Amino acid sequence: MSPLAFQKIYTHISNITKATCTLKASGVGNEELALVHGRLSQVVKIIDNEVTLQVFGGTEGIPSNAEVIFYNRPPTLKVSDDLAGRFFNAYGQPIDGGPEVEGEERPIGGPSVNPVRRRQPSELIATGIAGIDLNNTLVTGQKIPFFADPDQPFNQVMAMVALRAEADKIILGGMGLTNDDYLYYKNVFENAGALDRIISFVNTTEDPPVERLLVPDMALTAAEYFAVDKNEKVLVLLTDMTLYADALSIVSNRMDQIPSKDSMPGSLYSDLAKIYEKAVQFPSGGSITIIAVTTLSGGDITHAIPDNTGYITEGQLFLRRDTDIGKVIVDPFRSLSRLKQLVIGKKTREDHPQVMNTAVRLYADAANAKTKLENGFDLTDYDQRALDFAREYSEYLLAIDVNIDIDKMLDTGWELFARHFNQAEVGIKQELVDKYWPVK
Amino acid sequence: MIMNNTKKTTGKVSGIIANLVIVQVEGPVAQNEICYISHDGTDLMAEVIKIIGNKAYTQVFESTRGLKIGSPAIFEGHMLEATLGPGILSSVYDGLMHDLHEMTGIFLKPGEYTRALDPEKIWDFKPLAKGGDQVIAADWLGEVIENSIPHRIMVPFVFEGRYTIKSIVPRGLHKIYDTIAVLTDESGKDHPVTMVQYWPVKQAIKAYKEKPRPFKLFQTGVRTMDTLNPMAEGGTGFIPGPFGSGKTVLQHALSRQAEADIVIVAACGERANEVVELFVEFPQLEDPRTGRKLIERTTIIANTSNMPVAAREASVYTAMTIAEYYRSMGLKILLLADSTSRWAQALREMSNRMEELPGPDAFPMDLPAIISNFYSRAGYVYLNNNQTGSITFIGTVSPAGGNLKEPVTESTKKVARAFYALSQQRADSKRYPAIDPIESYSKYLEYPEVQESLRNTIADDWVDKVMLVKNIMIRGREASEQINILGDDSVPLDYHLTFWKSEVIDSIILQQDAFDKIDFNTPMTRQKYMLDKVINIYETNFDFDSFEDVNPYFKRIINQLKQMNYSEFQSEQFKHFENELYKIIEERKLKK
Ligand SMILES: Nc1ncnc2c1ncn2[C@@H]1O[C@H](COP(=O)(O)OP(=O)(O)OP(=O)(O)O)[C@@H](O)[C@H]1O
Ligand SMILES: [Mg+2]
Repeated sequence: MSPLAFQKIYTHISNITKATCTLKASGVGNEELALVHGRLSQVVKIIDNEVTLQVFGGTEGIPSNAEVIFYNRPPTLKVSDDLAGRFFNAYGQPIDGGPEVEGEERPIGGPSVNPVRRRQPSELIATGIAGIDLNNTLVTGQKIPFFADPDQPFNQVMAMVALRAEADKIILGGMGLTNDDYLYYKNVFENAGALDRIISFVNTTEDPPVERLLVPDMALTAAEYFAVDKNEKVLVLLTDMTLYADALSIVSNRMDQIPSKDSMPGSLYSDLAKIYEKAVQFPSGGSITIIAVTTLSGGDITHAIPDNTGYITEGQLFLRRDTDIGKVIVDPFRSLSRLKQLVIGKKTREDHPQVMNTAVRLYADAANAKTKLENGFDLTDYDQRALDFAREYSEYLLAIDVNIDIDKMLDTGWELFARHFNQAEVGIKQELVDKYWPVK
Repeated sequence: MIMNNTKKTTGKVSGIIANLVIVQVEGPVAQNEICYISHDGTDLMAEVIKIIGNKAYTQVFESTRGLKIGSPAIFEGHMLEATLGPGILSSVYDGLMHDLHEMTGIFLKPGEYTRALDPEKIWDFKPLAKGGDQVIAADWLGEVIENSIPHRIMVPFVFEGRYTIKSIVPRGLHKIYDTIAVLTDESGKDHPVTMVQYWPVKQAIKAYKEKPRPFKLFQTGVRTMDTLNPMAEGGTGFIPGPFGSGKTVLQHALSRQAEADIVIVAACGERANEVVELFVEFPQLEDPRTGRKLIERTTIIANTSNMPVAAREASVYTAMTIAEYYRSMGLKILLLADSTSRWAQALREMSNRMEELPGPDAFPMDLPAIISNFYSRAGYVYLNNNQTGSITFIGTVSPAGGNLKEPVTESTKKVARAFYALSQQRADSKRYPAIDPIESYSKYLEYPEVQESLRNTIADDWVDKVMLVKNIMIRGREASEQINILGDDSVPLDYHLTFWKSEVIDSIILQQDAFDKIDFNTPMTRQKYMLDKVINIYETNFDFDSFEDVNPYFKRIINQLKQMNYSEFQSEQFKHFENELYKIIEERKLKK
């Protein structure tokens, strides 16, 4: 990114804070990019001729006589089919040793889709993971995060989902990704022979945190190119949105904004919604689906980051270690896909809604039995059978290492019902029971 | 009215902080005046929110990306207005009342402002007044039929004082901007009137004679509301609940089945896909009372979470103003806003940028006043011609962390008379709608005039029965707590009975399947019938030897009652299940 000849150069910075510089300059546009002492920055405030710049890489070592060059444009990404298979940093610069991508230069973080131009999502995404496909079915155009504690294998699950999702393009937005995790994704995609469908924008823990703020917009600008211009099914993976929100709070705190809950900026909801609402199904067939990761601290979902996320996304997938079977499962209680209603029993077998609900209800009975047991009360025969059912349900359906198709999930559900309960206890509509109850 | 219309004030941009733009003005400006800021050939709409000396602080309803110091601004001499006239129904507007269907392209373009009403559409105008009549603001001059609803053309609300109708056109076909009448004011000046008028959205339309306390039931078809905590026509209510607890599903249910002439849905800072659901389904679904398609009685204000934040704040006012306009025609309006918390957050973002002294949770200090002001615009009214109209308003609240001790919930609780608290626990156990029967309340149930109307329209002892049921629910919860603490076999058998009798009410009256084609909507006669059924069961003495028999027995009772809920009222099937239920009850009924 070298400055062009007509760009103005300034050399008098009047104020420097940890994240911002202020100087006198004229003809500057709001949100315009600039280079301060060789570091990318963006205009965040202009009062008369005083321009405040947010320096993405931090201001350490910037002298008051540093060179400031304005670009006369907001952050952009050059889009073309050549993006496919490439790895970029948060600024959209290649980090894979390859050449710069040529293409149409588009501002990132562009306008929203007119709601009346959307199509109602209706295409199922099969992942093979029963905790998802059976209980929390995903649909193209949906936005949904994994809520997981940092020690859970969410990156593995997400990579698995991405590869099985039959997307035309998979765009990875990595924010504060450890170098190991970055290499993990790279390897998994490479081994799957999927590299030509992958595009990555990555900010690792080694990069300055504020740079992360650009990653989702970069990833989604690329996504819009493929979904709108090429009518492709695009899957965008954003990990970890908690670290993105942390970067937001760093910036707003340094700009002296009054923090609201959990020291997050008051605009957190709008900031996150602007990203997640880019998920869309277009009438032309193109779509953007967003699967994100929001790490929790100690499973606390009332913290401002997961809380605001939950209010924005169309459900959430909860990962939890089930100590009874020693595996990570998709928790059937706290997980939810709000768009599943649009496909289950319609695009999938007729018994899907009932099998799903019944299994969760019986699993809840087991949870009650467990509480009874812990409180030292006697278990009834039903309680005992519910516990046995729960263990097998967890092992054969909820565990994230399960990989079967949806019909097989439903069949497995019926087998487990029949093994542990009688028909009356299961309480499914009789015509479905007549059709699907396994004959011994 | 305020402000000069003669010469427009101009100014130049002197500061930009996100969408807060400071304009150095040359001339007078008014608080809340609208201005357009010119940027790269497009004009961005903005509203004055503070004036200090010759600096007007404006909130721009668009992204300000690329905007530069010195850009020209022009002030319009009026506040943010709604355009009111025939053609509002079935439309989908953004928060500033621009028609979203009229916009070109897939993406919203900053500065693309489409008209609210179709100026070319022809309407069959029928006069309701005649030359020589004395009229005042909001009096009906004539009407056109809009989607089969009589749309009254009124003396503009901004007209002050008395007028004489100098002339009015006879019945005939007209476009909205045709002059349909000429009114003469007291000084003898003539004023032409068209079918369109404008009103500043942040001010209440008060052109009515009287606003009594709400006094009659507003039926929604949602049992836990109508039976247990009824909404009153012209009343206010709110639905707080953590994410995923069912606020939107409940509001969509109300928008489909409530007994209103017109439904206005303000999708305020929520998901676009949820609005799409309305566009897709409402043209297909029928209004059970009129047989017309739901979309015909509905207007949607869509300012979803990714649309400009300042316009989000405006959207609820735009929706309210449209509601007030139709109320003045003598219609029954249901206004829904999802979610009012997003509106409050929009206020917070702006107040933050202006570096105002923050109140609790960084919300503006005057948040309670703003909320209370807004809710007070709802209500039942007697119009000047003694006809009646009403706006029933129900908003959702999205409390941070699901904790109801936060400013938006608390401020709303002070003004809204009905409180429908959604409980995480009920939602988790799929007991939908997740309205907590014990936390929630409707103050209307305590109004003597409402009680009397319930007695007259439903049954003499209705209110007593409702109170009884509330009591049963409380006692049921207490019993269940005791059972959980002490264990099944350590409590008297009666505890189990008390608990299971409350479970019957919970399962049959409170829980309702919003996605079932019969159960989703229950008319009042059917609600009464079922309430009598469950109260009967409650009053029956059953014979049990062991607590272990209680649970399976009541599960059978509940199952039959549920089957009744899923059957057409009084159909063969319904009666069959009713008969089965009777047999089950007889098995253990204690003969006195
Ligand atoms: N009455 C109901 N019947 C059946 N399912 C329901 C009902 N209400 C809610 N649900 C389920 O709960 C999910 C979430 O409901 P909803 O979208 O209304 O929540 P919300 O309170 O509006 O959440 P948010 O604050 O995040 O917008 C729905 O997608 C649906 O699966
Ligand atoms: Mg909602």
